[in-house]
Amino acid sequence: MTPETRTATGTPRAAFTGKAPAALNDPRLRANFRRAMDGLMAKRAAQFADPAEWAALRARGTEARARALAKLPELLERLERRCTENGIVVHWAETPAEANAIVLGILQAAGARRVIKGKSMVTEEIHLNAHLEAHGITTVESDLGEYIIQLAGEAPSHIVMPCIHKNKAEIAALFAARIPGQGYTETVDELTAAARRTLRGEFARADAGISGVNFAVAETGTLVLIENEGNGRLSTTLPPLHIAVTGIEKALENLEDVPPLLSLLTRSATGQPITTYVNMISGPRRPGEKDGPHAVHLVLLDNGRSRIYGDPELRDTLRCIRCAACMNHCPVYTRVGGHTYTFTYPGPIGKILTPQIEGLDCAGDQPHASSLCGACAEVCPVQIPIPELLVRLRGEAVHPGPAAVAVKGGGSGYTLFESLGWRCSTLVFTSPRLYRTVGRLAGWFGTLMPGWLPPLNRWTRFRSKPRFARHSLHQLARKGGYDHE
Amino acid sequence: MSGREVSGHDVGRDVPEKPEAVYFFGTCLVDLFYPEAGMAGMALLKSQGIRVIFPPDQTCCGQPARNNGWFEQARAVARQQIKCFPKPIPVVVPSGSCAGMMARHYPDLFAGQPDEAEVRAFAARVHELTWFLVHVCRLTPTDHGPPVTVAFHGSCHSQREMGVRDEPRQLLRALANVTVADLQRPAECCGFGGTFSVRQPGISAAMARDKVTDIATSGAGEVLSGDCGCLLNLSGVMERTGVPIRARHIAEFLVERGLAGETRP
Repeated sequence: MTPETRTATGTPRAAFTGKAPAALNDPRLRANFRRAMDGLMAKRAAQFADPAEWAALRARGTEARARALAKLPELLERLERRCTENGIVVHWAETPAEANAIVLGILQAAGARRVIKGKSMVTEEIHLNAHLEAHGITTVESDLGEYIIQLAGEAPSHIVMPCIHKNKAEIAALFAARIPGQGYTETVDELTAAARRTLRGEFARADAGISGVNFAVAETGTLVLIENEGNGRLSTTLPPLHIAVTGIEKALENLEDVPPLLSLLTRSATGQPITTYVNMISGPRRPGEKDGPHAVHLVLLDNGRSRIYGDPELRDTLRCIRCAACMNHCPVYTRVGGHTYTFTYPGPIGKILTPQIEGLDCAGDQPHASSLCGACAEVCPVQIPIPELLVRLRGEAVHPGPAAVAVKGGGSGYTLFESLGWRCSTLVFTSPRLYRTVGRLAGWFGTLMPGWLPPLNRWTRFRSKPRFARHSLHQLARKGGYDHE
Repeated sequence: MSGREVSGHDVGRDVPEKPEAVYFFGTCLVDLFYPEAGMAGMALLKSQGIRVIFPPDQTCCGQPARNNGWFEQARAVARQQIKCFPKPIPVVVPSGSCAGMMARHYPDLFAGQPDEAEVRAFAARVHELTWFLVHVCRLTPTDHGPPVTVAFHGSCHSQREMGVRDEPRQLLRALANVTVADLQRPAECCGFGGTFSVRQPGISAAMARDKVTDIATSGAGEVLSGDCGCLLNLSGVMERTGVPIRARHIAEFLVERGLAGETRP
């Protein structure tokens, strides 16, 4: 997928809907996701076996994130001050283009030609690699999953496990084709060893490391970065220059907010009590220290987040700690996989985040791509009311709020046909006599309704036609003597 | 941050005293497609010595309009329902989804509206049928039927919005000749989702087919649910794909097993 097809311009409003059938009809993809999500759900469930502990930890985590957002403008200023005191250079980017330009500028000023990257969804969001490559800077992804999809020329299909859509055999074939001297093997140890051999050289040669940030602590100016492979630590300590890129919503007030959120994050994401590496980055190498980068930069990206922040209800979207539990538990995501979502963030969180970042006019079908089953909200460690926000965005798509707080592309989903449909149904449902008449008519003639008639044909494509009862409950209740005060 | 309820929460509802009378909100799906389920629900309540009132001016809870973002229309439909149930007695609903709309989403939908307080008071009186039978009526159903194996599909909204978890199975387990088969993924959505089923027909059908496979391999000869939306979806797919499993509302099944010929109207 090229960056062009993934940005707002020119993307059809119904990209998700258009892509879904291909994913549904790909048995290997379906099996890969089902197997992977089943495993992740089981691991998470084992971690939160005690409902009381889950509820208490979740309440703490939610409070910490909610408090941080409530004070976000102030915390961001404090974060900038503390980081600066620690020797971290802070940059503000309103748009992806600005963020890309800032990162490129830092690299060019340092004369950097090769970049090693730790896993970062925000750099995926701004399509940083493509921008750097276009300016002659080589980028190598060092997270194993990211490394695999970079070799394959694909985008992440999951925010924690970017190559979860591939099985072992697919990875084995990819490595054999793309890594010089690598034969075909499905042995996991041999595959990881192959990636490790290549990446070790890249770490050593890199002029700069670029990473994401899990939490940015305002109190101490600390960037918290968690990972399992050590690639995050190498990317942020081995090269002479480290650039961290993150969204402005990642700020936390205090260092003591970190432990409950880390616990929620790793247990929700991969079912691990803690990740193998927890990096607390608090500045460049100091005089007398033997390792660490000579310069550390932090790029804070807005890209629509301020706009989301302006709406007290939609603001809950920004509580997200990117654990991916929502997508792991989503019956829709499990069946269509991450690439169907077209933009960087898939699954339930993507369905509320993408339309707000990119606009309802280009991802307007995503809030509707949900049965509102609520599995996501049930497992969300910071209690984002995802189904409620999906419904809110569905509303924004047809009736935009006041211009000052309107969601980008609000009102773009309005059609006269649908409007008429809802107005007619409202008329029927608010006129009891009319409703009862319609019910009687349905009992007599409902079965004559042709199955090919839209939108009924969308139902009958996969199911038998619903059969109206000969007598409605209204009629039976009256006959049965229930119809009285 | 915001004080609103997260739909993923199990929220314990206050258990009212067993009343002398209840209202019955039949729901439009039951009214038009599964009236026997509504009659069975009322028969079960009646069998517990409760007078059941079915206000004839009731129509639909308004969930379709709300879920599609047509909030003004949803409020108009909701107001039409609320005025049908004026007395301070419970409103029993043979659907976890419609009950969830009334009990959980009406208060959000009316936030800041002049009639918000009235709506909140109404919402607190709304109960899902099986929950009401177990907790308020303390019903122990009797069984006069032959041995059968059934599966129970709990709707997402009954589970996650109304906190109905084990109640339906508890009722079924009390039936001596009924075996309740285990499903592989009992908490997973069947794919109905109201307009989702026609906006994303392919995904909806994929979910429904997986649920049907789960039911078919469980050894059940019949699938029961407390929600007719799920039943419409599952039976539609089973008919189309030739899976000979009957889909019925749990109330109808309970009446057939225990009350048939007694209080059944």
